[in-house]
Amino acid sequence: MKLIMVIIPLSALIYSVFNGTVSELSDSVLSEAAGAVTLAISLCGTMCLWCGLMKVAEAAGLVEKLSRLLSPLVCLLFRGVKKGSRAAGLITMNLAANILGLGNATTPLGIKAMQELSDGSSATDDMILLTVLNTASLQVIPATAAALRTANGAVSPMDILPCVWIVSVYAAVTAVSAAKIMGAVSRRRAGNCS
Amino acid sequence: MQLTDFVVPLIVVGIFVYATVKRVDVFSVFCEGAKEGLQTCADILPALVLLLVCVGMFRASGAVDALTELVRPLCSAVGFPAECMPMVILRPFSGSGAMAVYNGIAASNGVDSFAERVAAVLLGSSETTFYTVAVYFSSVGVKKTRYAVPAALTADLTSWIVCGAVVTLFFGAG
Repeated sequence: MKLIMVIIPLSALIYSVFNGTVSELSDSVLSEAAGAVTLAISLCGTMCLWCGLMKVAEAAGLVEKLSRLLSPLVCLLFRGVKKGSRAAGLITMNLAANILGLGNATTPLGIKAMQELSDGSSATDDMILLTVLNTASLQVIPATAAALRTANGAVSPMDILPCVWIVSVYAAVTAVSAAKIMGAVSRRRAGNCS
Repeated sequence: MQLTDFVVPLIVVGIFVYATVKRVDVFSVFCEGAKEGLQTCADILPALVLLLVCVGMFRASGAVDALTELVRPLCSAVGFPAECMPMVILRPFSGSGAMAVYNGIAASNGVDSFAERVAAVLLGSSETTFYTVAVYFSSVGVKKTRYAVPAALTADLTSWIVCGAVVTLFFGAG
């Protein structure tokens, strides 16, 4: 990340000198900085709405309800997790919060689940599976994307919902399959060595 | 009127009705949550300024256009808008960076265009992979993450092809 902050502006400067776009470059620096504030303010309304709504959903017990629905799936995917164990509860809660887009609740639950799964030294298959499921972003409502679309004046910002769901599910299925296959390969390798 | 027009109103009404039945103090809980939203917006602003400036400079110099033309043959072969390639590359590294890239795509291609929709879908259907992996594994003090990053990136680096196809299916090609 630190390197990117140097490479991008530097290459922009060098390229614009050759391309003859230095005046555009100069304009963009100040206008983009000002534009960032406008953007953040126009994001605010939608962000507040979703954060508020999801807080209400959380208080009404929707996270627990959804996690009960997810429980059989979690027990199927996570080999080392026993049904009804503390780890199983934390994983389902983490995934439920993820699906509802409760960013503030997802990470603490995920971290607690990781601690429960940890054997103290290495990354276990179940720990990797949990992380990978979290990187796939299984959100029902893509709040940030919708807020950005609203800020840019989209006619109907949520018309991308079906597309987002399909791509999210694809990403989750691919991530889990990849994790399962890579896990099996690494176990086979470890088996050959011993 | 489309079917997706129902999703948002139904979620809003559904949550309020369900919460009221469950005797949640909807008003004060909502305000408490909305305050967190406000905090989030304030928290991302400094990073957003920096990243919008960097991405804006890159765009204004013309380098983005040049790179876009470079990857266009590969992208058009699978029906993906080349303008969205920076999004695919930056998304796993930085959430605010991806927001900045999205904004640039929306500004130069127009909102509700093919490229803008693809960018929005990419933004909404993925996570800041490297950040998530770092947070989750550092919380348990594990340094060797084995195949976590490759497995996550397998999904990230193939979903853009699916994304282009799905948006084409729903909205037609750009």
